Amino acid sequence: MQSNAALEYDYSLAKKFTFLTILFGFLAMVVGTLIAAQLAFPELNYLLGEYGTFSRLRPIHTNTAVFGFTVSGIFATWFYLGQRVLKVSIAESKFLMVLGNIQFWLYFVGALAATISLLLGYSTSKEYAQYEWPFDIVVVLIWVLWGVNMMGLIGIRREKALYISVWYYLACFLGVAMLYLFNNMEIPTYFASGGLGDPIHSVSMYAGTNDALVQWWYGHNAVAFGFTVPIVGMIYYFLPKESGQAIYSYKLSLLSFWGLMFVYLWAGSHHLLWSTVPDWMQTMGSAFSIVLILPSWGSAINMLLTMKGEWNQLTDNPLIKFMVLASTFYMLSTIEGPIQAIRSVNAIAHFTDWIPGHVHDGVLGWVVFMIMAAIFHMSPRMFKREIYSKKLMETQFWLQTTAVVLYFTSMWIAGITQGMMWRAVDEYGNLMYSFIDTVTVLHPYYAIRALSGVMYLTGFIMFAYNIYKTMTSGRVLSEEPQFRTPMA
Amino acid sequence: MDIREIQGYASFFMTMFLVIMLYGYIIHLYRSEKKGERDYEKYGNIALDDNITSTPVEDKPASQRD
Repeated sequence: MQSNAALEYDYSLAKKFTFLTILFGFLAMVVGTLIAAQLAFPELNYLLGEYGTFSRLRPIHTNTAVFGFTVSGIFATWFYLGQRVLKVSIAESKFLMVLGNIQFWLYFVGALAATISLLLGYSTSKEYAQYEWPFDIVVVLIWVLWGVNMMGLIGIRREKALYISVWYYLACFLGVAMLYLFNNMEIPTYFASGGLGDPIHSVSMYAGTNDALVQWWYGHNAVAFGFTVPIVGMIYYFLPKESGQAIYSYKLSLLSFWGLMFVYLWAGSHHLLWSTVPDWMQTMGSAFSIVLILPSWGSAINMLLTMKGEWNQLTDNPLIKFMVLASTFYMLSTIEGPIQAIRSVNAIAHFTDWIPGHVHDGVLGWVVFMIMAAIFHMSPRMFKREIYSKKLMETQFWLQTTAVVLYFTSMWIAGITQGMMWRAVDEYGNLMYSFIDTVTVLHPYYAIRALSGVMYLTGFIMFAYNIYKTMTSGRVLSEEPQFRTPMA
Repeated sequence: MDIREIQGYASFFMTMFLVIMLYGYIIHLYRSEKKGERDYEKYGNIALDDNITSTPVEDKPASQRD
């Protein structure tokens, strides 16, 4: 570690990843809104020939939301808060700075190339793991670079105790590394067959039920270690810092951490209820999903209790509003998930629109709200300027909150209606409805979902504009704010 | 003993083991605080006082702590 007279945190990497978070967030939401509209109005599938069909665009939406937007948000917040809670500047190590920049450019180019590959139709056809093998190798490289950087920063830290958020980022790193490697074990067919077919194409190393099990162990835990663990890490830093209140119970945060780590990994088989997976494994998936409520709510309640005695901040600081709403949606989706994992409920819910409804109250309400709140908190510190408009932030908040409510309520109704119609039988035991009957009934709810997509996207554009104006024309701050984020 | 019975015993003892581990951890957290060995709640201040010039909440590695 070098000694330096005027040490300062270096936010250059955090800034770069912040720009990518906004870029990929916009892309994921534009595509998401378009495919939501396609489900309501199928003629929209024919706008761009093969490149504009639902089947091409859906993987772009999901992968860009997970590996583009969320992962950029994780990197951006790590390169910001990692330095702060470890009390060390990344610029103190030239090696780590170079590594971070390689990580950034490899990630930027890799993510764009991977997105284009999906648009061209290259896909492994495994949900959330559609990237073909060359891109998987790039993902692994990026992840290793991040891991080395994180361990390096921890290695040169001044603060010897690791703050709870650091534990969560470490778990995110280890969890995703393990999941991604095992689920993407694949054989490039061109090389295995001695030059037949497309060099980019591959097949999974697993087959049948085993493939499904590995896939959903991965799929569910991608939610765990991508959408939950790092986001909890973020809120454990940003909410206390913004409100000026230390975590309500640090001990509860430790307990919830280990609880979450242990329980989450066993719950994936709830995606395969009523399938050919062994019965005991399905039961285990259900049971662990129910137990999962405890550590999830442990963190969420800890966050809400952090605001104890300071609830007035909710009315006058929109950033607190974003974070409190995020933890409330976290509670909602972590009670909804276990309910859907109960076998009898799953019999109705599985394959219906209730599932995307659940995913989106979690992602739009929890993940995106928290990442946007983090960027709002970081911006005045990174750009040394006040947030451009508090009013715009308030309007964005209410617009997007309404959008999330419209999204999940329409999908609850649509999903349960769909599930009930699929199962309905007449007095002779014949199915009462054909598939198209359900589509006709669900049309209004699909239209509501598309509308909510437009509203949420509009809110995100307002967010991007607010950050852009903050960078370029926000009032210059003479010193770094300690707690509350200044806004005009 | 058939496979079902083994699964039943395995499930029972694993559940017991996990419950004991969990409660054991809670007791460990509270006991070490009561004995004055650790003050977990002070770590919450790491987020609040996070300037690069701030005094670390803990400046010795775990192996060198009292």
